[in-house]
Amino acid sequence: MSGVTRAEYCVVACAEAWRGSGEILASPMGLIPSVGARLARRTFAPDLLLTDGEAMIVGSDGTVEGWLPYRRHLELVTGGRRHVMMGASQIDRHGNQNISCIGDWARPARQLLGVRGAPVNTLNNPTSYWIPRHSRRVFVAEVDMVCGVGYDRAAGARHHRIPRVVSDLGVFDFATPGRTMRLASVHPGVTVEQVREATAFDLVIDGEVPYTREPTAAELRLIREVIDPGNTRDREVPV
Amino acid sequence: MGDKTMTAEEAVSRLESGMTLGIGGWGSRRKPMALVRALLRSQVTDLTVVSYGGPDVGMLAAAGRIRKLVTAFVTLDSIPLEPHYRAARERGAFALTEVDEAMFLWGLRAAANRLPFLPVRAGIGSDVMRVNPGLRTVTSPYEDGETFVAMPALRLDAALVHVNRADRLGNGQYLGPDPYFDDLFCEAADTAYVSCERIVDTAELTKAAPPQSLLIGRHVVTGVVEAPDGAHFTSCAPDYGRDEAFQKRYATTPWPQFAARYLAGDEAAYRAAAGEES
Repeated sequence: MSGVTRAEYCVVACAEAWRGSGEILASPMGLIPSVGARLARRTFAPDLLLTDGEAMIVGSDGTVEGWLPYRRHLELVTGGRRHVMMGASQIDRHGNQNISCIGDWARPARQLLGVRGAPVNTLNNPTSYWIPRHSRRVFVAEVDMVCGVGYDRAAGARHHRIPRVVSDLGVFDFATPGRTMRLASVHPGVTVEQVREATAFDLVIDGEVPYTREPTAAELRLIREVIDPGNTRDREVPV
Repeated sequence: MGDKTMTAEEAVSRLESGMTLGIGGWGSRRKPMALVRALLRSQVTDLTVVSYGGPDVGMLAAAGRIRKLVTAFVTLDSIPLEPHYRAARERGAFALTEVDEAMFLWGLRAAANRLPFLPVRAGIGSDVMRVNPGLRTVTSPYEDGETFVAMPALRLDAALVHVNRADRLGNGQYLGPDPYFDDLFCEAADTAYVSCERIVDTAELTKAAPPQSLLIGRHVVTGVVEAPDGAHFTSCAPDYGRDEAFQKRYATTPWPQFAARYLAGDEAAYRAAAGEES
Protein backbone atom coordinates (compact mmCIF):
# COMPACT_ATOMS: atom_id res chain seq x y z
CA MET A 1 0.00 0.00 0.00
CA SER A 2 1.49 3.35 -1.01
CA GLY A 3 2.23 6.09 1.49
CA VAL A 4 -0.62 7.23 3.69
CA THR A 5 -1.51 10.88 3.09
CA ARG A 6 -2.23 13.43 5.78
CA ALA A 7 -5.86 13.57 4.62
CA GLU A 8 -6.12 9.81 5.15
CA TYR A 9 -4.81 10.07 8.72
CA CYS A 10 -7.43 12.77 9.26
CA VAL A 11 -10.16 10.53 7.85
CA VAL A 12 -9.20 7.70 10.22
CA ALA A 13 -8.93 10.09 13.18
CA CYS A 14 -12.44 11.41 12.42
CA ALA A 15 -13.82 7.89 11.96
CA GLU A 16 -12.50 6.95 15.41
CA ALA A 17 -14.87 9.54 16.94
CA TRP A 18 -17.74 7.13 16.25
CA ARG A 19 -16.08 3.94 17.52
CA GLY A 20 -18.29 2.29 20.10
CA SER A 21 -21.18 4.70 19.49
CA GLY A 22 -23.66 1.95 18.69
CA GLU A 23 -26.93 2.60 16.91
CA ILE A 24 -26.97 6.39 16.73
CA LEU A 25 -26.97 9.03 14.02
CA ALA A 26 -23.50 10.15 12.90
CA SER A 27 -23.72 13.79 11.76
CA PRO A 28 -20.46 14.69 10.05
CA MET A 29 -20.16 18.28 8.82
CA GLY A 30 -17.44 18.83 6.28
CA LEU A 31 -15.85 16.54 3.79
CA ILE A 32 -13.26 14.61 5.76
CA PRO A 33 -15.64 13.90 8.67
CA SER A 34 -18.15 12.58 6.09
CA VAL A 35 -15.59 10.20 4.64
CA GLY A 36 -14.63 9.24 8.19
CA ALA A 37 -18.20 8.50 9.27
CA ARG A 38 -18.79 6.34 6.21
CA LEU A 39 -15.53 4.53 6.86
CA ALA A 40 -16.57 3.88 10.46
CA ARG A 41 -19.90 2.44 9.35
CA ARG A 42 -18.27 0.17 6.78
CA THR A 43 -15.76 -1.16 9.32
CA PHE A 44 -15.95 -0.98 13.11
CA ALA A 45 -19.28 0.86 13.66
CA PRO A 46 -21.77 -0.89 11.36
CA ASP A 47 -24.88 0.17 13.28
CA LEU A 48 -24.39 3.90 12.67
CA LEU A 49 -27.14 5.82 10.90
CA LEU A 50 -26.15 8.33 8.22
CA THR A 51 -28.16 10.80 6.14
CA ASP A 52 -27.82 11.72 2.49
CA GLY A 53 -27.07 15.26 3.64
CA GLU A 54 -30.72 16.14 3.14
CA ALA A 55 -33.79 14.54 4.67
CA MET A 56 -33.15 10.83 4.14
CA ILE A 57 -31.38 8.25 6.28
CA VAL A 58 -29.54 6.00 3.86
CA GLY A 59 -27.60 2.75 3.96
CA SER A 60 -24.09 2.31 2.57
CA ASP A 61 -25.47 1.60 -0.89
CA GLY A 62 -27.77 4.62 -0.77
CA THR A 63 -30.93 2.68 0.09
CA VAL A 64 -33.35 4.93 1.94
CA GLU A 65 -34.09 3.47 5.37
CA GLY A 66 -35.58 6.45 7.14
CA TRP A 67 -36.87 10.01 6.98
CA LEU A 68 -35.19 12.82 8.89
CA PRO A 69 -36.38 16.27 7.85
CA TYR A 70 -34.90 19.18 9.82
CA ARG A 71 -37.69 19.24 12.37
CA ARG A 72 -37.13 15.57 13.25
CA HIS A 73 -33.38 16.06 13.16
CA LEU A 74 -33.69 18.74 15.85
CA GLU A 75 -35.86 16.38 17.94
CA LEU A 76 -33.28 13.62 17.49
CA VAL A 77 -30.61 15.98 18.82
CA THR A 78 -32.55 16.55 22.01
CA GLY A 79 -33.18 12.81 22.26
CA GLY A 80 -29.42 12.42 22.36
CA ARG A 81 -28.97 9.46 19.99
CA ARG A 82 -26.47 11.31 17.85
CA HIS A 83 -22.81 12.28 17.68
CA VAL A 84 -22.13 15.37 15.58
CA MET A 85 -18.77 16.54 14.29
CA MET A 86 -19.00 20.27 13.62
CA GLY A 87 -16.56 22.79 12.21
CA ALA A 88 -15.15 25.69 14.24
CA SER A 89 -13.98 29.13 13.21
CA GLN A 90 -12.53 29.46 16.72
CA ILE A 91 -12.07 27.00 19.59
CA ASP A 92 -10.51 27.53 23.02
CA ARG A 93 -8.82 25.27 25.55
CA HIS A 94 -12.12 24.45 27.26
CA GLY A 95 -13.78 23.48 23.99
CA ASN A 96 -15.87 26.62 23.54
CA GLN A 97 -16.53 26.95 19.82
CA ASN A 98 -17.48 29.87 17.59
CA ILE A 99 -19.04 29.86 14.12
CA SER A 100 -21.11 33.03 14.54
CA CYS A 101 -18.89 36.07 14.00
CA ILE A 102 -15.42 37.49 14.55
CA GLY A 103 -14.99 40.55 16.71
CA ASP A 104 -17.62 42.33 18.77
CA TRP A 105 -20.97 40.58 18.29
CA ALA A 106 -22.82 43.89 18.30
CA ARG A 107 -20.83 45.09 15.31
CA PRO A 108 -18.79 42.18 13.98
CA ALA A 109 -15.62 42.63 11.97
CA ARG A 110 -16.62 39.47 10.08
CA GLN A 111 -20.08 38.03 10.15
CA LEU A 112 -19.96 34.25 9.81
CA LEU A 113 -22.78 31.68 9.84
CA GLY A 114 -24.51 32.40 13.13
CA VAL A 115 -24.81 30.05 16.10
CA ARG A 116 -26.75 27.50 14.01
CA GLY A 117 -27.39 24.38 16.13
CA ALA A 118 -24.19 24.53 18.16
CA PRO A 119 -25.90 25.39 21.47
CA VAL A 120 -28.48 22.61 21.19
CA ASN A 121 -25.89 20.12 19.94
CA THR A 122 -23.43 20.66 22.75
CA LEU A 123 -26.04 20.44 25.51
CA ASN A 124 -27.70 17.32 24.18
CA ASN A 125 -25.40 14.92 22.37
CA PRO A 126 -21.69 14.26 22.01
CA THR A 127 -20.12 16.99 19.87
CA SER A 128 -16.70 16.66 18.28
CA TYR A 129 -14.95 19.16 16.04
CA TRP A 130 -13.02 19.04 12.78
CA ILE A 131 -10.56 21.79 11.88
CA PRO A 132 -8.86 21.40 8.48
CA ARG A 133 -6.26 24.14 9.01
CA HIS A 134 -4.81 24.23 12.51
CA SER A 135 -3.65 27.74 13.36
CA ARG A 136 -3.53 30.32 16.14
CA ARG A 137 -6.45 32.07 14.47
CA VAL A 138 -8.62 29.01 15.14
CA PHE A 139 -7.10 27.63 18.36
CA VAL A 140 -7.54 30.88 20.29
CA ALA A 141 -7.20 31.93 23.91
CA GLU A 142 -10.80 33.09 23.94
CA VAL A 143 -13.55 32.73 21.35
CA ASP A 144 -15.43 35.88 20.33
CA MET A 145 -18.88 34.27 20.63
CA VAL A 146 -19.58 31.02 22.45
CA CYS A 147 -21.79 28.95 20.15
CA GLY A 148 -20.74 25.42 21.12
CA VAL A 149 -20.46 25.21 24.91
CA GLY A 150 -17.10 24.24 26.44
CA TYR A 151 -16.43 22.34 29.64
CA ASP A 152 -15.89 25.45 31.79
CA ARG A 153 -19.39 26.70 30.94
CA ALA A 154 -21.24 23.39 30.94
CA ALA A 155 -21.63 22.98 34.69
CA GLY A 156 -24.71 20.91 35.36
CA ALA A 157 -25.36 20.14 31.70
CA ARG A 158 -25.89 16.41 32.13
CA HIS A 159 -25.60 15.45 28.47
CA HIS A 160 -22.61 17.64 27.59
CA ARG A 161 -19.57 15.85 26.14
CA ILE A 162 -16.81 16.78 23.67
CA PRO A 163 -15.17 13.48 22.77
CA ARG A 164 -12.51 14.82 20.43
CA VAL A 165 -11.16 17.57 18.23
CA VAL A 166 -9.40 16.53 15.03
CA SER A 167 -7.22 18.92 13.04
CA ASP A 168 -4.85 18.47 10.14
CA LEU A 169 -2.05 18.26 12.71
CA GLY A 170 -3.41 15.93 15.36
CA VAL A 171 -6.13 14.66 17.66
CA PHE A 172 -7.15 16.42 20.87
CA ASP A 173 -9.39 15.53 23.80
CA PHE A 174 -10.34 16.83 27.23
CA ALA A 175 -9.22 13.80 29.25
CA THR A 176 -7.51 15.96 31.86
CA PRO A 177 -8.40 16.77 35.48
CA GLY A 178 -9.18 20.37 34.54
CA ARG A 179 -11.08 19.36 31.40
CA THR A 180 -8.80 21.46 29.21
CA MET A 181 -7.60 20.46 25.77
CA ARG A 182 -4.93 17.77 25.59
CA LEU A 183 -2.85 16.73 22.63
CA ALA A 184 -3.87 13.07 22.31
CA SER A 185 -1.87 12.25 19.19
CA VAL A 186 0.01 13.89 16.35
CA HIS A 187 -0.36 12.71 12.79
CA PRO A 188 2.80 11.07 11.42
CA GLY A 189 5.03 13.78 9.96
CA VAL A 190 3.91 16.37 12.52
CA THR A 191 5.94 17.36 15.58
CA VAL A 192 4.60 18.29 19.00
CA GLU A 193 6.43 21.59 18.68
CA GLN A 194 4.63 22.31 15.43
CA VAL A 195 1.27 21.82 17.14
CA ARG A 196 2.31 23.94 20.10
CA GLU A 197 3.33 26.79 17.81
CA ALA A 198 0.09 26.67 15.87
CA THR A 199 -2.00 26.89 19.07
CA ALA A 200 -2.58 30.17 20.90
CA PHE A 201 -3.16 28.56 24.30
CA ASP A 202 -1.26 26.05 26.41
CA LEU A 203 -2.19 22.53 25.42
CA VAL A 204 -1.90 19.79 27.98
CA ILE A 205 0.95 17.60 26.76
CA ASP A 206 1.61 14.71 29.11
CA GLY A 207 4.59 12.55 28.42
CA GLU A 208 5.35 11.03 25.08
CA VAL A 209 2.64 11.98 22.59
CA PRO A 210 1.74 9.00 20.41
CA TYR A 211 1.18 9.11 16.68
CA THR A 212 -2.31 8.89 15.25
CA ARG A 213 -2.86 5.25 14.34
CA GLU A 214 -2.15 3.89 10.88
CA PRO A 215 -5.10 3.00 8.71
CA THR A 216 -5.41 -0.70 7.99
CA ALA A 217 -4.97 -1.94 4.44
CA ALA A 218 -8.70 -2.61 4.28
CA GLU A 219 -9.48 0.93 5.47
CA LEU A 220 -7.16 2.45 2.89
CA ARG A 221 -8.80 0.45 0.15
CA LEU A 222 -12.26 1.56 1.29
CA ILE A 223 -11.21 5.22 1.43
CA ARG A 224 -9.41 5.20 -1.91
CA GLU A 225 -11.60 2.91 -3.98
CA VAL A 226 -15.07 2.95 -2.47
CA ILE A 227 -15.84 6.00 -0.36
CA ASP A 228 -13.75 8.77 -1.94
CA PRO A 229 -12.38 7.54 -5.28
CA GLY A 230 -12.33 11.13 -6.58
CA ASN A 231 -9.87 12.03 -3.80
CA THR A 232 -11.86 15.09 -2.70
CA ARG A 233 -10.18 14.64 0.72
CA ASP A 234 -6.92 16.03 -0.65
CA ARG A 235 -8.69 19.30 -1.47
CA GLU A 236 -9.60 19.78 2.18
CA VAL A 237 -6.20 18.72 3.52
CA PRO A 238 -3.50 19.03 0.85
CA VAL A 239 -0.64 16.55 0.83
CA MET B 1 -65.86 28.47 1.79
CA GLY B 2 -64.00 31.42 0.40
CA ASP B 3 -61.73 31.63 -2.54
CA LYS B 4 -58.50 33.05 -1.11
CA THR B 5 -56.56 33.45 -4.31
CA MET B 6 -54.83 36.78 -4.77
CA THR B 7 -51.80 38.23 -6.48
CA ALA B 8 -48.45 38.68 -4.77
CA GLU B 9 -49.09 42.44 -4.91
CA GLU B 10 -52.43 42.02 -3.14
CA ALA B 11 -50.81 39.88 -0.46
CA VAL B 12 -48.06 42.42 0.14
CA SER B 13 -50.58 45.30 0.16
CA ARG B 14 -51.98 43.75 3.34
CA LEU B 15 -48.64 44.01 5.11
CA GLU B 16 -47.63 47.11 7.02
CA SER B 17 -44.35 48.68 7.97
CA GLY B 18 -43.23 47.70 11.45
CA MET B 19 -44.77 44.24 11.30
CA THR B 20 -43.17 41.05 12.59
CA LEU B 21 -42.90 38.87 9.52
CA GLY B 22 -42.07 35.16 9.47
CA ILE B 23 -40.56 33.75 6.28
CA GLY B 24 -40.68 30.00 5.65
CA GLY B 25 -38.22 27.65 3.96
CA TRP B 26 -34.68 27.10 5.24
CA GLY B 27 -31.45 28.72 4.01
CA SER B 28 -31.61 28.67 0.24
CA ARG B 29 -34.44 26.12 0.13
CA ARG B 30 -38.07 26.71 -0.83
CA LYS B 31 -38.09 30.36 0.13
CA PRO B 32 -41.14 32.42 -0.90
CA MET B 33 -38.95 34.54 -3.16
CA ALA B 34 -41.75 35.82 -5.41
CA LEU B 35 -43.46 37.23 -2.30
CA VAL B 36 -40.14 38.68 -1.12
CA ARG B 37 -39.66 40.30 -4.53
CA ALA B 38 -43.17 41.76 -4.29
CA LEU B 39 -42.27 43.04 -0.85
CA LEU B 40 -39.16 44.69 -2.30
CA ARG B 41 -41.35 46.46 -4.89
CA SER B 42 -43.58 47.81 -2.10
CA GLN B 43 -42.85 50.54 0.42
CA VAL B 44 -43.19 48.18 3.40
CA THR B 45 -40.19 48.56 5.71
CA ASP B 46 -39.05 48.64 9.35
CA LEU B 47 -39.73 44.91 9.58
CA THR B 48 -38.90 42.41 12.28
CA VAL B 49 -38.02 39.38 10.17
CA VAL B 50 -38.16 35.88 11.68
CA SER B 51 -36.44 33.36 9.40
CA TYR B 52 -34.09 30.42 9.07
CA GLY B 53 -32.23 32.84 6.90
CA GLY B 54 -31.26 32.63 3.26
CA PRO B 55 -31.41 35.06 0.35
CA ASP B 56 -34.79 36.28 1.64
CA VAL B 57 -32.92 37.86 4.54
CA GLY B 58 -30.00 38.92 2.33
CA MET B 59 -32.25 40.84 -0.07
CA LEU B 60 -34.40 42.49 2.59
CA ALA B 61 -31.28 43.45 4.54
CA ALA B 62 -29.56 44.83 1.46
CA ALA B 63 -32.67 46.87 0.64
CA GLY B 64 -32.76 48.29 4.16
CA ARG B 65 -36.16 46.85 5.06
CA ILE B 66 -35.14 45.08 8.27
CA ARG B 67 -35.23 46.78 11.65
CA LYS B 68 -34.64 43.57 13.57
CA LEU B 69 -33.79 40.03 12.52
CA VAL B 70 -34.56 36.90 14.53
CA THR B 71 -32.52 33.95 13.27
CA ALA B 72 -30.10 31.09 14.00
CA PHE B 73 -28.12 31.52 10.78
CA VAL B 74 -28.15 33.08 7.35
CA THR B 75 -26.71 30.99 4.50
CA LEU B 76 -27.01 30.26 0.80
CA ASP B 77 -26.17 26.58 1.51
CA SER B 78 -23.91 26.00 -1.49
CA ILE B 79 -22.33 29.37 -0.66
CA PRO B 80 -21.97 29.15 3.11
CA LEU B 81 -21.91 32.87 3.91
CA GLU B 82 -24.67 35.15 2.59
CA PRO B 83 -22.71 38.16 1.29
CA HIS B 84 -25.45 40.80 1.37
CA TYR B 85 -26.50 39.80 4.88
CA ARG B 86 -22.87 39.85 5.98
CA ALA B 87 -22.31 43.31 4.59
CA ALA B 88 -25.45 44.64 6.26
CA ARG B 89 -24.51 43.06 9.59
CA GLU B 90 -20.95 44.38 9.45
CA ARG B 91 -22.22 47.92 8.91
CA GLY B 92 -24.65 47.53 11.81
CA ALA B 93 -27.69 47.97 9.58
CA PHE B 94 -30.21 46.29 11.90
CA ALA B 95 -30.70 44.73 15.33
CA LEU B 96 -30.22 41.00 15.71
CA THR B 97 -31.83 38.41 17.96
CA GLU B 98 -29.53 35.43 17.46
CA VAL B 99 -30.86 32.15 18.81
CA ASP B 100 -30.11 28.47 18.28
CA GLU B 101 -31.94 26.47 15.57
CA ALA B 102 -33.86 24.47 18.17
CA MET B 103 -34.69 27.54 20.25
CA PHE B 104 -36.13 29.07 17.10
CA LEU B 105 -38.27 25.96 16.48
CA TRP B 106 -39.47 25.86 20.09
CA GLY B 107 -40.34 29.57 19.79
CA LEU B 108 -42.51 28.93 16.74
CA ARG B 109 -44.13 25.98 18.52
CA ALA B 110 -44.89 28.09 21.56
CA ALA B 111 -46.55 30.69 19.34
CA ALA B 112 -48.51 28.06 17.42
CA ASN B 113 -49.71 26.62 20.74
CA ARG B 114 -50.49 30.04 22.25
CA LEU B 115 -47.98 29.40 25.03
CA PRO B 116 -45.82 32.25 26.41
CA PHE B 117 -42.71 30.06 26.23
CA LEU B 118 -41.47 26.51 25.96
CA PRO B 119 -38.54 25.03 27.89
CA VAL B 120 -35.64 24.06 25.67
CA ARG B 121 -32.32 22.42 26.50
CA ALA B 122 -30.27 24.76 24.35
CA GLY B 123 -28.70 28.13 24.89
CA ILE B 124 -27.55 27.73 28.50
CA GLY B 125 -23.80 28.17 28.82
CA SER B 126 -23.58 29.75 25.38
CA ASP B 127 -23.30 33.42 24.44
CA VAL B 128 -26.87 33.28 23.16
CA MET B 129 -27.69 34.22 26.76
CA ARG B 130 -25.21 37.12 26.72
CA VAL B 131 -26.44 38.65 23.47
CA ASN B 132 -30.10 38.20 24.44
CA PRO B 133 -30.22 39.63 27.95
CA GLY B 134 -34.02 39.40 27.92
CA LEU B 135 -33.95 35.59 27.80
CA ARG B 136 -35.10 33.91 31.00
CA THR B 137 -34.59 30.41 32.32
CA VAL B 138 -37.09 28.05 33.92
CA THR B 139 -36.36 25.26 36.40
CA SER B 140 -38.12 21.94 36.32
CA PRO B 141 -40.55 21.60 39.27
CA TYR B 142 -39.87 17.85 39.35
CA GLU B 143 -37.08 15.89 41.03
CA ASP B 144 -34.56 16.41 38.22
CA GLY B 145 -34.49 20.16 38.88
CA GLU B 146 -32.94 20.85 35.49
CA THR B 147 -32.74 24.43 34.25
CA PHE B 148 -33.85 25.27 30.73
CA VAL B 149 -34.14 28.33 28.56
CA ALA B 150 -37.72 29.60 28.58
CA MET B 151 -37.85 30.28 24.86
CA PRO B 152 -40.45 33.00 24.33
CA ALA B 153 -43.13 32.50 21.70
CA LEU B 154 -42.19 33.86 18.28
CA ARG B 155 -45.61 35.29 17.54
CA LEU B 156 -45.88 36.72 14.02
CA ASP B 157 -48.10 39.37 12.49
CA ALA B 158 -47.78 37.65 9.15
CA ALA B 159 -46.12 34.63 7.57
CA LEU B 160 -44.93 34.15 3.98
CA VAL B 161 -44.31 30.60 2.75
CA HIS B 162 -43.99 28.83 -0.59
CA VAL B 163 -45.17 25.28 -1.30
CA ASN B 164 -45.50 23.05 -4.36
CA ARG B 165 -49.31 22.94 -4.63
CA ALA B 166 -52.30 24.54 -3.00
CA ASP B 167 -56.02 24.74 -3.60
CA ARG B 168 -57.98 27.98 -3.75
CA LEU B 169 -59.08 27.54 -0.13
CA GLY B 170 -55.56 27.65 1.27
CA ASN B 171 -54.71 23.98 1.75
CA GLY B 172 -50.99 23.84 1.06
CA GLN B 173 -48.99 20.81 -0.05
CA TYR B 174 -45.26 20.08 -0.13
CA LEU B 175 -43.97 17.38 -2.47
CA GLY B 176 -40.26 17.43 -1.69
CA PRO B 177 -38.37 15.55 1.02
CA ASP B 178 -38.62 18.19 3.74
CA PRO B 179 -41.59 20.26 4.97
CA TYR B 180 -39.18 22.62 6.75
CA PHE B 181 -41.29 24.59 9.24
CA ASP B 182 -43.83 26.23 6.98
CA ASP B 183 -46.89 24.90 8.83
CA LEU B 184 -45.54 26.28 12.11
CA PHE B 185 -44.86 29.70 10.55
CA CYS B 186 -48.49 29.85 9.39
CA GLU B 187 -49.84 28.63 12.75
CA ALA B 188 -47.67 31.15 14.64
CA ALA B 189 -48.99 34.06 12.57
CA ASP B 190 -52.11 36.23 12.66
CA THR B 191 -52.20 36.16 8.86
CA ALA B 192 -50.45 33.82 6.46
CA TYR B 193 -49.84 34.07 2.72
CA VAL B 194 -49.03 30.87 0.87
CA SER B 195 -47.55 31.04 -2.60
CA CYS B 196 -47.38 27.88 -4.65
CA GLU B 197 -46.06 26.58 -7.94
CA ARG B 198 -49.54 25.66 -9.06
CA ILE B 199 -53.09 26.03 -7.76
CA VAL B 200 -55.05 22.82 -8.27
CA ASP B 201 -58.53 21.54 -7.43
CA THR B 202 -58.79 20.19 -3.90
CA ALA B 203 -59.40 16.64 -5.18
CA GLU B 204 -56.23 16.91 -7.24
CA LEU B 205 -54.05 17.33 -4.11
CA THR B 206 -54.31 13.71 -3.00
CA LYS B 207 -54.73 12.05 -6.39
CA ALA B 208 -51.04 11.20 -6.70
CA ALA B 209 -49.61 12.31 -3.35
CA PRO B 210 -50.30 10.93 0.14
CA PRO B 211 -52.40 12.92 2.62
CA GLN B 212 -49.29 13.44 4.79
CA SER B 213 -48.08 15.89 2.14
CA LEU B 214 -50.92 18.26 3.10
CA LEU B 215 -48.73 20.44 5.27
CA ILE B 216 -50.76 23.59 5.77
CA GLY B 217 -54.45 23.72 6.68
CA ARG B 218 -56.69 26.40 5.19
CA HIS B 219 -57.81 27.48 8.70
CA VAL B 220 -54.44 29.23 9.14
CA VAL B 221 -54.18 30.72 5.65
CA THR B 222 -55.28 34.20 4.62
CA GLY B 223 -54.25 34.29 0.98
CA VAL B 224 -53.10 31.92 -1.77
CA VAL B 225 -50.83 33.17 -4.55
CA GLU B 226 -50.08 31.17 -7.68
CA ALA B 227 -46.41 31.85 -8.37
CA PRO B 228 -44.69 29.48 -10.79
CA ASP B 229 -40.93 29.49 -10.15
CA GLY B 230 -41.92 31.40 -7.04
CA ALA B 231 -39.02 30.04 -5.00
CA HIS B 232 -36.42 30.89 -7.64
CA PHE B 233 -33.43 30.91 -7.22
CA THR B 234 -33.78 28.73 -4.13
CA SER B 235 -34.70 25.05 -4.50
CA CYS B 236 -38.26 23.79 -4.71
CA ALA B 237 -37.96 20.00 -4.93
CA PRO B 238 -39.25 18.11 -6.82
CA ASP B 239 -40.41 20.90 -9.15
CA TYR B 240 -36.89 22.30 -9.54
CA GLY B 241 -33.51 22.48 -7.87
CA ARG B 242 -31.59 25.56 -6.83
CA ASP B 243 -30.44 27.76 -9.72
CA GLU B 244 -26.78 27.68 -8.69
CA ALA B 245 -25.57 29.84 -11.56
CA PHE B 246 -28.07 32.55 -10.77
CA GLN B 247 -27.41 32.30 -7.03
CA LYS B 248 -23.72 32.80 -7.74
CA ARG B 249 -24.56 35.88 -9.78
CA TYR B 250 -26.69 37.16 -6.91
CA ALA B 251 -23.85 36.56 -4.46
CA THR B 252 -21.16 38.23 -6.57
CA THR B 253 -23.07 41.21 -8.01
CA PRO B 254 -23.09 44.45 -6.01
CA TRP B 255 -26.59 44.88 -4.62
CA PRO B 256 -27.52 48.11 -6.46
CA GLN B 257 -26.62 46.51 -9.77
CA PHE B 258 -28.45 43.30 -8.98
CA ALA B 259 -31.55 45.19 -7.86
CA ALA B 260 -31.51 47.40 -10.95
CA ARG B 261 -31.06 44.47 -13.27
CA TYR B 262 -33.56 42.01 -11.79
CA LEU B 263 -35.87 43.73 -9.33
CA ALA B 264 -36.84 47.00 -11.01
CA GLY B 265 -39.77 45.46 -12.88
CA ASP B 266 -42.56 43.06 -12.00
CA GLU B 267 -42.33 39.28 -11.52
CA ALA B 268 -42.68 38.66 -15.26
CA ALA B 269 -39.76 40.99 -15.90
CA TYR B 270 -37.73 39.18 -13.24
CA ARG B 271 -38.44 35.82 -14.81
CA ALA B 272 -37.56 37.12 -18.24
CA ALA B 273 -34.30 38.68 -17.05
CA ALA B 274 -33.31 35.61 -15.02
CA GLY B 275 -34.38 33.23 -17.79
CA GLU B 276 -32.32 35.01 -20.43
CA GLU B 277 -29.14 34.18 -18.61
CA SER B 278 -29.83 30.81 -17.01
